[in-house]
Amino acid sequence: MTGSLSSWQIWQVINMNNLLIVGQYVPTNSIVHRMDPRIKMLIIFFYVIFIFFANNIVSYALFTVFAVGGTLLTKVPWRFIAKGLTPVWFLIVFTFILHLFVTKEGTVLVNVFGLPIYSGALEQGAVISLRFFLLILLTSLLTLTTTPIEITDGVESLLGPLRRFKFPVHELALMMSISLRFIPTLLQETEKISNAQASRGVDFRTGPFRERVRAVIPLLVPLFVSAFKRAEELAMAMEARGYRGGEGRTKLRELQVMKRDVAALVIFIIVVAAALITRDYS
Amino acid sequence: MYAIEFKNVSFRYEEEQPYVLRNVSFQVEAGEWLAIIGHNGSGKSTIAKLMNGLLFPTEGEIIINGIPLNEENIWEIRRQVGMVFQNPDNQFVGTTVRDDVAFGLENRGVPRAEMMDRITSSLEQVRMQDYLLHEPYRLSGGQKQRVAIAGVLAISPSVIILDEATAMLDPLGRKEILDTVHHVQAAQQLGLITITHDLNEVMQAHRVLVMNDGEIWTTTVPRELVKRQTELQQIGLDVPFVTQLAHALERQGITLDEQPIDHEELLDALWTLHSNK
Ligand SMILES: Nc1ncnc2c1ncn2[C@@H]1O[C@H](COP(=O)(O)OP(=O)(O)OP(=O)(O)O)[C@@H](O)[C@H]1O
Ligand SMILES: [Mg+2]
Repeated sequence: MTGSLSSWQIWQVINMNNLLIVGQYVPTNSIVHRMDPRIKMLIIFFYVIFIFFANNIVSYALFTVFAVGGTLLTKVPWRFIAKGLTPVWFLIVFTFILHLFVTKEGTVLVNVFGLPIYSGALEQGAVISLRFFLLILLTSLLTLTTTPIEITDGVESLLGPLRRFKFPVHELALMMSISLRFIPTLLQETEKISNAQASRGVDFRTGPFRERVRAVIPLLVPLFVSAFKRAEELAMAMEARGYRGGEGRTKLRELQVMKRDVAALVIFIIVVAAALITRDYS
Repeated sequence: MYAIEFKNVSFRYEEEQPYVLRNVSFQVEAGEWLAIIGHNGSGKSTIAKLMNGLLFPTEGEIIINGIPLNEENIWEIRRQVGMVFQNPDNQFVGTTVRDDVAFGLENRGVPRAEMMDRITSSLEQVRMQDYLLHEPYRLSGGQKQRVAIAGVLAISPSVIILDEATAMLDPLGRKEILDTVHHVQAAQQLGLITITHDLNEVMQAHRVLVMNDGEIWTTTVPRELVKRQTELQQIGLDVPFVTQLAHALERQGITLDEQPIDHEELLDALWTLHSNK
């Protein structure tokens, strides 16, 4: 689908600018991409909880196989996945090293600069790092395989029951989708204004921090003014088009649980059950 | 019964402020194309917003297809009166073309199956059916405006208002939009109101309403209007190039049989003039 490819490129631009990490959707149209976003979110939610029950090789192996298997199914090239993990690699390694020196269980394996490294420390450091890695991997699969608007639809649907408690679910989802729609527009505008200000000699890319902060003001003020004007006009246009809140509204984009979603859920439940059975109870 | 009828409408935004519309009365028939023209701030957009209940008259009455406009029936009126605004970006609500056209339908609780059909057919009418999944930032201004028109057509209104909907487009984009809208309007016998301050854009309309400082200056047909060049210039409107040329020729002693309203008519008049001699 060329459509998503280009939106993905825009997300990449956003990532590069480091302005806002909205997502890093990679359109490969795999089975994971076509899954219902609600099911993906549910699975991730419970995965995050149940992985803390794993405490031996078998149970960890089960969770690892599930996450790695899922990753393979997405057909997303490894370099994109690795890129998504880059910021947390450091944390994973750091956690591992910290455990090496702090934990004092089992037998002493070696001495590093006079500090003893215990076998238990090696084990625990590896386990915690693995768990951390699996969590990040699985959650990053969500943004890699689900467009932001699908996530929005999923959130709206999952939060649906909260409507009974007067929680503004529809408004929240509309806000999210309008933000998504306007991010590229506002980015283009920021670019335009920053070029215009740069041509007037305002420089917010170099120089001391204080200077740069001061230079950002002539960028922000017109941006805000224009954003408010947009908001006003948009509200007017929405009203002219018959918008009157979530009541009595139908939806074009409909989420449907398909066979593949049920299959994914069943596999997940089996993995969790197996892990709960095989873990150590003592 | 008129598609739109204004009866002695006056309007001011706040009490104590001057009226921006004074005693405005006019009618638009079903299937008629009325152009509204006037200088900046003459009250054109205010008229447009009064037509679908975004504003309510301070005095006077507005009747849409026989229904007097009031707070109770604005939703029904908004279903009958579709509106396209000036800025293509600030009226695009959906994240894709398809979602944007769907917005008006979703608001009115149209069932999903019917939505799909209506979206496809209204996008076909503006020749945007190949852009179903495009995001707005990948569309030109003209394309976005055509999507906005499709969004309006999808709710099958009886009147369409374009409030300077072509102002931010290049000449080609402008012409395309006007041609598209004209085509749809003629095919479906819709009431069409185009608001502009460019006299070039009123030449195809059936009638022109000229606003000046909150009052109706005149209502006439385009061909008659352009004859009043000096008066028009006094109220801040430039006559089209073709008219200016015809006037200039006249001053040189070359009188054309009939006042041309576009390039084609001008060419015809010129070459027949030559062969008449
Ligand atoms: N929200 C508002 N509050 C107060 N005054 C307003 C508001 N909107 C417009 N006006 C005033 O009402 C008058 C008519 O404005 P309107 O927008 O109808 O003009 P217009 O003919 O559409 O002009 P333009 O060609 O610039 O679009 C102007 O004097 C304007 O300053
Ligand atoms: Mg206006």
